[in-house]
Amino acid sequence: MTLSVDARKSFGGFALDAKFTSSGRLTALFGPSGGGKTTLVNLIAGLERPDGGRIAVDDAVVFDRHAAIDLPTHRRRVGYVFQDGRLFPHLTVRGNLLYGRRLTPRHERWGSLDRIVAMLGIGSLLRRRPASLSGGEKQRVAIGRALLASPRLLLMDEPLAALDQARKEEIIPYVERLRDEMRLPIVYVSHAIEEVARLADTIVLVAGGRVIATGSVNDILARADLRRHTGQAEASVVLLTRVVGHDPGAGVTVVEHSAGRLTLPLLADAAGAIVRLRLRARDIALAVGDPGRLSIRNLLAATVVEIAAAAPPFVEVRLDIAGDPLVASITRDAARALELRPGLPVTALIKSSALDRFSFGHGAVPATE
Amino acid sequence: MFDSLDPAEWTAIWLSLRVSLVATIGALPLGLLAAFLLARGRFPGRSLLDGLVHLPLVMPPVVTGYLLLLAFGRKGPVGIFLERAFGIVLAFRWTGAALAAGIMGLPLMVRAMRLSLEAVDRRLEAAAATLGGNVAVVLLTITLPLMLPGILAGMVLCFARALGEFGATITFVGNIPGVTQTIPTAIYTDIQVPGGDPAALRLTVIAVVLAFAALLASDALARRVGGRMLGS
Repeated sequence: MTLSVDARKSFGGFALDAKFTSSGRLTALFGPSGGGKTTLVNLIAGLERPDGGRIAVDDAVVFDRHAAIDLPTHRRRVGYVFQDGRLFPHLTVRGNLLYGRRLTPRHERWGSLDRIVAMLGIGSLLRRRPASLSGGEKQRVAIGRALLASPRLLLMDEPLAALDQARKEEIIPYVERLRDEMRLPIVYVSHAIEEVARLADTIVLVAGGRVIATGSVNDILARADLRRHTGQAEASVVLLTRVVGHDPGAGVTVVEHSAGRLTLPLLADAAGAIVRLRLRARDIALAVGDPGRLSIRNLLAATVVEIAAAAPPFVEVRLDIAGDPLVASITRDAARALELRPGLPVTALIKSSALDRFSFGHGAVPATE
Repeated sequence: MFDSLDPAEWTAIWLSLRVSLVATIGALPLGLLAAFLLARGRFPGRSLLDGLVHLPLVMPPVVTGYLLLLAFGRKGPVGIFLERAFGIVLAFRWTGAALAAGIMGLPLMVRAMRLSLEAVDRRLEAAAATLGGNVAVVLLTITLPLMLPGILAGMVLCFARALGEFGATITFVGNIPGVTQTIPTAIYTDIQVPGGDPAALRLTVIAVVLAFAALLASDALARRVGGRMLGS
């Protein structure tokens, strides 16, 4: 799937001029509130009309100013999960779920009510009314309703923003399953970097009505020149690791990366499962030569690639760990004392306590091209 | 008490109910259309339409009745057209009473429907569109069901107003027993003649009972519709 968007729209003193293409499985539209992300997904869904440009999902053009194409929303087959759920209050959960399915021609349907209900764990809610559901339940039903309309693209506009942390943790695994099992391309709007780092494979950075950058999660999060948008403290990379085994007695799970093994707080994932790990630059220390006896158990063999300037007193050291990028934030003094230079082999040290449960994602995400 | 009603009074009651029912049903599509135009429409002349719909509410009913007579009477332009084209005569017939009652009830009906339409969350309609609903489907499955309490309330108000219509009715179709005499005009006749008070009182009680029944019925309906949406 390739989504290509080139859209212009101005209204009330705000001008949106956004252009990006993405072939990612989960493309995050990331950026500050008021930057135009929601407008962008509304343009893709056809809920708002661009002043100009072209929007296409694969070879299906849904809007093209020059060719005078403007497919109405109901014919775009673009699913939409709204921030506020927007379940129909006069229908049961079942009625909500089947609303779009009944409107989808038989030969275009995929998935079944049973399968999607099971995947989202909403079987016990079918006869309830939306007003009696919790926030997390509402969002799960909203996701199921969108899926059952058999869309070719799913838009999710801050689907977790209205939920508390516990409810977010409840929904995120379902989004991961959508991404990995349903093979449905997703455009996911968020201003929360930890959600994006956990879920996305491609990031489209949107601010001030423009696309600032497009790239893989690691490209965007590691770029020092985007720190203004991604957050100074948020320089990070996402590593894919594989679960080696658990030690419930010690309360740890060991995962493996080609550059070394990492010890994490105990996870539920089976051995062999892929775990996405977000490592923040500020949580990584560097050692040259034998680090000696340490309390830190997570050591990764790395090579210095580049030492980039950052806000004093720090520098960002870009590393290569068996082909994957890693960024460490250390002081300029330390970099000088260690005589860091490109090509130097070092050891990256990560405290286990830096890897809290918000740092993990589950399931595989291939690198984007 | 009911066995003391004479046949003429029964006729007036049935006629009132029939006139009010036909008036309400006839006003429904017009009322819905006006409510949609006023709540959602953006067109020149919207204020004019708003005024026109509300005119019967503020004009003396006699004036409305007289205007109806001028337009729909046997010598009025619309009346002549209707009689020639369809053989329909409204003046001094019960159908004319229904027309007068419908026009008098329309403003109340439109008001209730418009308010309920304005309360419908348009974002739900947008959500329905993303699920594949075209304009007609969204209207039938989302908008109208969500405004159902308002539609019911508007119909009850219109029905009650039609039941009580006097001025426009008596001006347009007169007060002919068995033909156009409704409960209010029958009461009027009764109190005009010496010794008519008991008859007037009987009809008055009937009018009160009917009005009450309509209100209770609409209340119960609205509660059922509203309760459904609150998850019970």
